[in-house]
Amino acid sequence: MSEITQEQAGAVGPPAGAPPSGAWRGIRAGARFLARQREATIFVVAVALFLYFAVTNSSFTTQSNLVVLSQDIAPIIIIAIGEVLLLISGEIDLSVGFIYAFAPFLMSYMISYGVPVLPAILIGLLFGLVAGWFNGFLVVTLGLPSFIATLGTGFLLDGIMLITSHAEPVIPPASAAGAGKWLGSYSWSMIVWAVILLAIFHVVLTRTRWGLHTVAAGGNLLGAREAGINVARIKYGNFMITGLLGALVGLQISFQTNDIDPLAGGYQPMFYAVTAAVIGGTAMLGGSGTMIGALLGAIVLGLLTDGFGVIGISANALPAIFGGAIIVAMIANVQLSRLRESGRMR
Amino acid sequence: MTSEAPEVQAAAQPTGDVLRAEHIAKRFGAVTALTDVNLHLVRGEVLGLIGDNGAGKSTLVKIICGFHQPDAGRIIIGGEQVRLRSVDHARSLGIDVVYQDLALVNQLTVYHNMFLNRERVRWPLLSNKAMKRLARQYLAEMGVDIPSVETDVASLSGGQRQAIAVARSMFTEAKILLLDEPLAAMGAKEAALILDLIRDIKRRGDVSIIVIAHNYAQVLEICDRVNLLQHGEITLDRMARDTSVQELSDIVVEEYRRALQERHRPA
Repeated sequence: MSEITQEQAGAVGPPAGAPPSGAWRGIRAGARFLARQREATIFVVAVALFLYFAVTNSSFTTQSNLVVLSQDIAPIIIIAIGEVLLLISGEIDLSVGFIYAFAPFLMSYMISYGVPVLPAILIGLLFGLVAGWFNGFLVVTLGLPSFIATLGTGFLLDGIMLITSHAEPVIPPASAAGAGKWLGSYSWSMIVWAVILLAIFHVVLTRTRWGLHTVAAGGNLLGAREAGINVARIKYGNFMITGLLGALVGLQISFQTNDIDPLAGGYQPMFYAVTAAVIGGTAMLGGSGTMIGALLGAIVLGLLTDGFGVIGISANALPAIFGGAIIVAMIANVQLSRLRESGRMR
Repeated sequence: MTSEAPEVQAAAQPTGDVLRAEHIAKRFGAVTALTDVNLHLVRGEVLGLIGDNGAGKSTLVKIICGFHQPDAGRIIIGGEQVRLRSVDHARSLGIDVVYQDLALVNQLTVYHNMFLNRERVRWPLLSNKAMKRLARQYLAEMGVDIPSVETDVASLSGGQRQAIAVARSMFTEAKILLLDEPLAAMGAKEAALILDLIRDIKRRGDVSIIVIAHNYAQVLEICDRVNLLQHGEITLDRMARDTSVQELSDIVVEEYRRALQERHRPA
């Protein structure tokens, strides 16, 4: 790990875009600008990692690897969009990976019952909305803590999926292949979906009442209620958005891999998404977070997974590197925000 | 143009009461907060609502602003009986409130807080420019000094936060303004700022105000009339000029002594 951090330190200069004259001043101004941005740490880490892999292994920047990289990153981004909204409004969804796993099965069941392809895909997506609504019902209406409620939903969905599928993988119906290309099996379709969705929800979060009220619900729940904000509606909505996005990713992956796998999904995509959100600056206790941060967090996680694979490090060592990177990024985040709060960076 | 004249006349209430609350009762589980509250608010006046901690002042305010629904009793606004369904509903009838906890969101900017849940929108986007401009204008009119409307409220002082909470209610169409302990935890200078704000609102004339406060001297300074809330009922209704700090504190202290004696009386 220490090697990587040294690499980072060496790579901090260039992104500041220093002009040729007064380069030192430019770098310092750039560093100050970065330090003021909440996403600064993770941006630097992402750039440093990319440069590190690009320099150490020439096959890293080949088109075929960039496609793989984008396919690693895209699902993290899409699920992270939902988790960012939920985390900001003071909740979390641990079940999203099981929505992801069940949605493509549901689609294939529907098609086998004779439902046409597009309605079957829509039913898969609709299921995501319903599952999100169910989480909202447990958390908002019945008042369960979201950590436990969505854990329960996750197990429940996992069980339903395993019972109905007999834990056997299936191949996506051939009739769905056309729609499947646009959803996931063209090389770049997933990352295009991810970037478009991220851009839309970036605007939703920063420029609409929905986003503002999401921050208010997580920042001061009672205050938001007192201001007359319908907090229940906001939380229901954010659970449903997360469920919908989870179902979308599940369908995309099934087309991309041409496999509807009972072992797909689970906790891992959710934890990757939450990790991406949090190392990108989203507060675990609600009230603040950004889509850009989650994007950068997802890129870092994708780079770690893909990059160390490409340079040929033992797969056994990967989790240790992963864990270390998360902890280092988080330490940097916390230290930087302390600096910001003490005003020394202004 | 001509159609406007009758409306203005209709708006002028003959009775002079903008708000009446009759026989209001409210329980929270086993706790009785209000038993039988009768209160009226005269157009253009500032009514001080005093009473010991736990007397039910905040509950009463939260009923009048639509946050809680009463178990019994009725609320009459502008001569008409209404059932306030929500904070938004009450606001649409011209009732606005500054809560004791201020209901500010630390993570949001000053101007977003000032327009919380009544944002200016050019659908689907927020009109941040318009909100910034108005926020600056309102704060300037009120003489509130804040570094920038774009700073997060987390970085402001207690008085500045209070001023923003008051400001956002002042610059609405509010006809009835409820202030729950606007002077709590204020330094002398900050309290003076808030008192000035209340006087300012009063001078504008068309707003009627209920203020909850603990400091009797400040209450008498800005209020026209004082109501004392005890055991979930209004037990005293005096014009401010007819009472004194001494009288008010005597009543409350005597009440406390009596309660103490009863507790220690041998069974």
